[in-house]
Amino acid sequence: MNLLVAQAQTIEAPEIDYGAIAPLLIVLGAACVSVLLEALLPKHQRWAVQLVLTLVTLVGAVGSLILYATSERPEQGVSTLSGAIAVDSPSLFLWATLLVLGFGSVLLIADRSVEPGGAFVAQAAIRPGTVQDRAQATKTGMQTEVFPLTLFALGGMMTFVAANDLLTMFIALEVLSLPLYLLCGLARRRRLLSQEAAVKYFLLGAFASAFFLYGVALLYGYAGSVKLSAIATAAGGTDRSDTLLFAGFGLLVVGLLFKAAVGPFHAWTPDVYQGAPTPVTAFMAACTKVAAFGGILRVLTVAFENTQWEWRGVLYGVAVVSMVIGAILGLTQTDVKRMIAYSSVAHAGFLLIGSIALTPEGDAPGVSATMFYLLAYGFTTIAAFGIVSLVRNSDGEATHLSQWAGLAKRSPIVAAVFTFLLLALAGIPLTSGFIGKFVVFSAAIDAGLTPLVVIALVASAVAAFFYLRVIVLMYFSDPAPDGPTVTVPGAFTTIAITLGAVVTLVLGLWPTFVLDWAGTGTFLS
Amino acid sequence: MTWVLIALLVVPLVGALVVAFLRKDDKKAKLVALAFSLVELVLGVLLWIAYDPDGERIQLATGVDWIPAFGVRLSFGIDGIALVMIAVIALLIPLVIGAGWTEKLPAGRSQGGYLSLILVQEAVTVAVFAATDVFLFYVLFEVMLIPMYFLIGGYGGARRQYAAVKFFLYSFLGGLIMLASAIGAYAMASDELGKGTFDWATLVTVVRDADSTTQTWLFLGFFLAFAIKAPLVPFHTWLPDAAAEAPIGVTVIVVGILDKVGTFGMLRYLLPMFPEASKNLAPFVLVLAVAGVLYGSLLATGQRDMKRFLAYVSIAHFGFIALGIFSFTSQAGVGSVSYMLNHSISTGMLILVVGMVIARGGSSLISDYGGMSKVAPLLAGMLLISGLTTLSLPGTNSFVSEFLVLIGSFPTQPVFTIIATVGMVLAALYVLWLYQRVMTGPLRGDALIGAAAGPGAVGDPEKKTTIGDLDKREIAILAPLVVIVLALGFYPQPVLDVITPTVGATLTEVGVTDPVTVQEGK
Repeated sequence: MNLLVAQAQTIEAPEIDYGAIAPLLIVLGAACVSVLLEALLPKHQRWAVQLVLTLVTLVGAVGSLILYATSERPEQGVSTLSGAIAVDSPSLFLWATLLVLGFGSVLLIADRSVEPGGAFVAQAAIRPGTVQDRAQATKTGMQTEVFPLTLFALGGMMTFVAANDLLTMFIALEVLSLPLYLLCGLARRRRLLSQEAAVKYFLLGAFASAFFLYGVALLYGYAGSVKLSAIATAAGGTDRSDTLLFAGFGLLVVGLLFKAAVGPFHAWTPDVYQGAPTPVTAFMAACTKVAAFGGILRVLTVAFENTQWEWRGVLYGVAVVSMVIGAILGLTQTDVKRMIAYSSVAHAGFLLIGSIALTPEGDAPGVSATMFYLLAYGFTTIAAFGIVSLVRNSDGEATHLSQWAGLAKRSPIVAAVFTFLLLALAGIPLTSGFIGKFVVFSAAIDAGLTPLVVIALVASAVAAFFYLRVIVLMYFSDPAPDGPTVTVPGAFTTIAITLGAVVTLVLGLWPTFVLDWAGTGTFLS
Repeated sequence: MTWVLIALLVVPLVGALVVAFLRKDDKKAKLVALAFSLVELVLGVLLWIAYDPDGERIQLATGVDWIPAFGVRLSFGIDGIALVMIAVIALLIPLVIGAGWTEKLPAGRSQGGYLSLILVQEAVTVAVFAATDVFLFYVLFEVMLIPMYFLIGGYGGARRQYAAVKFFLYSFLGGLIMLASAIGAYAMASDELGKGTFDWATLVTVVRDADSTTQTWLFLGFFLAFAIKAPLVPFHTWLPDAAAEAPIGVTVIVVGILDKVGTFGMLRYLLPMFPEASKNLAPFVLVLAVAGVLYGSLLATGQRDMKRFLAYVSIAHFGFIALGIFSFTSQAGVGSVSYMLNHSISTGMLILVVGMVIARGGSSLISDYGGMSKVAPLLAGMLLISGLTTLSLPGTNSFVSEFLVLIGSFPTQPVFTIIATVGMVLAALYVLWLYQRVMTGPLRGDALIGAAAGPGAVGDPEKKTTIGDLDKREIAILAPLVVIVLALGFYPQPVLDVITPTVGATLTEVGVTDPVTVQEGK
């Protein structure tokens, strides 16, 4: 009994570096406040208050991040909350990326001028096609819960990329996933597609989480700890069972690759991208990608760096499959959202190349390259989906490609911006997409992955075809007589698209600042 | 005098911007675009004066840091080969603008947009030749595709979408593979020097000493890009489509200027950077080159469409150029570079003349024409002159080049040279046969007489046609070309003087010595 008391007394509260995790606390705290506001405020005030709260939160989080990043902090980063969260240079970069991309997405989410009342339905639980559903379609109310949901997802993503042990990572994975499942089902138009997307994403996501958790269990069995550094130490030279290590690694990675929409774990991507409300698709495409690859980078470089020769071949193959699937299936798509979904699968392959670019000496030239790519890709994607949300007919968004024919004649500016974004996705020089590809590929060649780079280049050329096809349609085809109109975007969407397009251009011309910043430090191990 | 080079890059861009704002007023747009292109021509002449043939390898060099993390610089400079190519661009663009003066654009398109793209194309192409940073070269090599893609796709003929996408994808793929090689060279440089760089001169010193396996792989990456661009058989299939669908002025730019980036790249990048691999793989390239000469000539003979005919003629000529480059003698090298210039001038002129024929008949099928010299004797004369310089008649500029290529290649590659000589005979066949079908005999053909005066029509067909001879504008466009064709045919020395030191330096970089003594000029 005395012993127990003595033990209980020695347990101390863990040290918390509040300055380091301030951005995280701000986002998650605001998410909780936002839920309360949702419960307490009268209906007509909610939208404005929630929007202001969300934007202020994001700006505040970025501010506190800058404050911390420019202050005196340990070079290699700090590990806080008993080592559950590592705030190192990559964490800070990825946090900043998530926050600014989140800001862009929130602007798209907040827009109510393109679709009267916003892209979100008022009551998602009403069955599509019923009398109530038709009644609700004529009203302009919307579910303002999207704001707290977005904040929670963002908080989960930020935790995910900074998680220094697998259990924290799993919890972060759930925190980021659950709001996304819900958000997918909230589209105002095409309710059935939207609900299908939500269910599909939820079921497959639940499977992926189970895989992840099973992997965590096996790795715990192997290393006796869920800490990434402990796994690295255990794998460094013991006579423990390799089966546990690699089975655990395999299951863990499947969970991660699923979230990152890397082929062949991409099956959910086209359906979910198509069915989800377009602002949410933009949010998922940009931010989830960042979070998932942030996690992959940390797991691979911190926990599994010294076993890279065993697993590199597998991920090599996965990257090839992903690029091939994305590039070739993208060719056959007739829906612009599905096309961008397959393009994201191809991009996931390119990102995976950067993630596995580790040199035998233990350097990871691919980390900063991949992070740059994520930032560049995120901005381009948000702007692209912003444009997709503008091209509409009486039935909502006109996403079928044939409806985009001759768009340049009616809306030259929208067509020109979209062309620029497509060229960026294709990786044409003078856009951020090219610099991203360039840094990833040069890191991969550094790490001896030249054949993979050649495959990637061929895949880029194939993928370029479907981007070009859209440009051909917009510029060189005659417009359909009953074609869609381009809605004049409200301020929010305009800002989001401008932000995305300008960043895409600036990072294509002067990438030095961001490249330097991405390359400032390595993961805390 | 560095400012001349910078001005050459900036002036067309400014012009493009100004013209882009004149989309409402076609006439003003044309005048402004022409004015900017003439300024560019003057700058081109100044550049020629500023260049010292016996000076350094790269002259008028200038640059600023772009992406220091990768040692990428925005650096420009010219050697003799680049100078010649920039000069010919500056010469051809005003003519192209003049030639398109009265051309009808597709509905809904404005002259402002068209000319703006042409000027952007001019700036980017000049920059490609002037770039002395491999990364910058790659960037411009790909960016060069974008205005051309819109020029073909937006202003071309019936199958323009197909042609534009095909053109883009072919070149883009080649460029990407080249990028892999460029990164490989960069990685070698950063291993060797401790700090990565894309500077051309530095990369040459690093990469040239690499082992031959590495060199071979890097060589193949660059070669594929240049072989598609040039184009060598079997990477050529995009050119006939692009040339046939593009408006005539754009065809001049594609065939006369853009393609030269391929052969220029072989001389500037392949030979100095990968001397070992260049020598080892030369037989392979020569097979493609000679195949191109024969295949291009034969297909040109068989074409029914005049614009496709022009494309195949060019493919044959690029075979000659590649033959000269990969024979590794200074005579053949000088011949190839002067061929690059002369091909731009003579083929450019031929395309412009054919464009004038097509503008009159409204069809590009050869069978729609016949006996045109009856109604347009001057035009017939111009077609003959441009045809004769295309088939390298002595006294025209192309003869000097083709002769130098063949005489220079013979000592090292006798078999390939003999086979390629057949191409000269075929050239006479396809050019004269085209002339005969279009110009000589009684006036005939749907395009000239029109459907109204069909087979059963009575009376003199010459009175039934409204086809006129060359007008003042067209004479003004062709006259300078005729002068240059003849002047360079009889006195090529000024051009050869500029080229010879650079070609000599390139061959020194490859490490070959001439089997025969170099003669000055011819």
